[in-house]
Amino acid sequence: MILRGTAHKYGKNVDTDVIIPGRYCNLIDPEQLGKHALEDLDANFVAKAKPGDLIVADTNFGCGSSREVAAVALKGAGVAGVVAKSFARIFYRNCINTGLPIFECPEGVDGINDGDTITVDADNGLITNEKTGAKFKATQFPKFMQDLIANGGLLRYVEKRLQEKAAAAPGQS
Amino acid sequence: MARPMTLTEKILAAHAGKADVSPGDIISISLDLVMANELSAAVAITEFRKIQGATKVWDASKIALVPSHFTPNKDIATATLSSLMRSFAKEQQIENYFEVGRGGIEHVVLPENGMIGPGMTIIGGDSHTTTYGGLGAFATGVGSTDIAAAFATGEMWVRVPPSIKIVYEGTLRPYTSAKDIILQTIGRIGVDGAIYAALEFTGPTVKELPISGRFTMANMSIEAGAKNGIFAVDASAEAYCAAVGKKDYTVYHADKNAEYQDVIAIDCSGIEPQVAIPWLPENTKNASDLNHLTVAQAVIGTCTNGRIEDMRQAAEVLKGRKIHPDVRAIVIPGSQKVYMQCIKEGLAEIFVEAGCVLSTPTCGPCVGGHMGVLSEGERCISTTNRNFRGRMGHVKSEVYLAGPYVAAASAIAGFITGPEQLGAAAPVRAEVTA
Ligand code: SF4
Repeated sequence: MILRGTAHKYGKNVDTDVIIPGRYCNLIDPEQLGKHALEDLDANFVAKAKPGDLIVADTNFGCGSSREVAAVALKGAGVAGVVAKSFARIFYRNCINTGLPIFECPEGVDGINDGDTITVDADNGLITNEKTGAKFKATQFPKFMQDLIANGGLLRYVEKRLQEKAAAAPGQS
Repeated sequence: MARPMTLTEKILAAHAGKADVSPGDIISISLDLVMANELSAAVAITEFRKIQGATKVWDASKIALVPSHFTPNKDIATATLSSLMRSFAKEQQIENYFEVGRGGIEHVVLPENGMIGPGMTIIGGDSHTTTYGGLGAFATGVGSTDIAAAFATGEMWVRVPPSIKIVYEGTLRPYTSAKDIILQTIGRIGVDGAIYAALEFTGPTVKELPISGRFTMANMSIEAGAKNGIFAVDASAEAYCAAVGKKDYTVYHADKNAEYQDVIAIDCSGIEPQVAIPWLPENTKNASDLNHLTVAQAVIGTCTNGRIEDMRQAAEVLKGRKIHPDVRAIVIPGSQKVYMQCIKEGLAEIFVEAGCVLSTPTCGPCVGGHMGVLSEGERCISTTNRNFRGRMGHVKSEVYLAGPYVAAASAIAGFITGPEQLGAAAPVRAEVTA
């Protein structure tokens, strides 16, 4: 999968409250959530972001709440992926589970400016800054997570586990 | 022979059926308790319905559902989510569903109902699930899809975290509490200082803390990016379990020669009452250095400081005094049990006499939901755990984090101050700096 879009660059510790403020956390619909994505950090984000654009941020992106709607809101706003120096752990899991592609790549973040067009080859983590021609390699996911993503995400994995369990304990539900 | 392990590693290994585990290993652990609130449960239930082959939860007795965030329902959207959770609890015969009026904030409710014990593995659809590490459990927050998966299987995949040991020494000053210790710690290591790691809180100072204080500290481990925060189990932890009727638990101890990513010593004897200024919990300062800042609101309570010990600290300061005319003080006991205890001990009367709002248990203002949302330009001193931009309302409002002593003293003074400085001359008014 190739992602290509404009980079919107932000700083350190972009927290889940600015990704989707608490006052919208009683929403579930991705499109509704998307209308408020990053509202408290950058009031213009939703207006300027085009479908397929990417977020580029410094360390600890997504720190704070466990709200899965943070990842969903970014997807709802059309964000194709996030490149950051590091991610907060619950957000990291939530992205894997909801299918928002994320890439840990400190050099890439330093080599991309706000507004640059970038391409990301999601399969091998190769990030290209089309403006400068520079290429960067994102950190690989551990094997287990690669398999999880390749096999359709956590819920598909759970279905397999349920089948294994049922096979191991015949006669029980 | 198994490799020497930290407390977190011991619990994880036991729940993965392994002799030992090492940081970085990805393992599947069995879960002893899975918790969700009305916001995370609504999404989790929707995801659970998508799992083929899952009609019943794996074990209804090991699930707890607690309406707490925007409850009593603040609007129709919230009421819809609450109804979804309520009917799921009925359908799946989940007994540990804590209805409004019989529960409160999840992290206060579960321990006091004997649902948390040492050595357990607990996940919750809420980042402050780390709270339960106060009793020596492995407890961490996850998103709703992970909760859905756990509902179905009772398992979760985890990357074993490296552990960071913090050793607290020194005797606390009279008005310094657990909140001040954890704020000081986060100020020192930063909001990503423990990212992906387990925090093990040790040393003579924390041994002296009541369990409520340990909950406060474990609660805020997530504010340093930690996966979990954990305390060793001692006589006071076991006494707490006995008092709330928690039996059948396993006590694990860290091995002497376990490997830590880092060991940090903190001398607590010099810690003054702390305040974290916007926009991050790591921006800690001495309360006494901020006393030029006026406040419009004070919030006392929540999952960080909503236990009876916290209410007593606030009441100690508020007794016989009046809230400053320019301040709204909102006191929110963390649960119905704490609320009742406040009535029995006469604290409720002290709060109302002083001119506070005494609210029913709810997360309310902590998450900018209701019961005290801030307008543009307002500053709030709060015993909550996050001071992110817009957390409690308008994007140009400000939250300053502190313990109950400081929040109560500031509500009286009308500006940020510690209880020791109460009675000092009124400061020069300052505008919000946002
Ligand atoms: S009181 Fe605040 S931090 Fe605690 S669970 Fe509720 S919203 Fe979360």
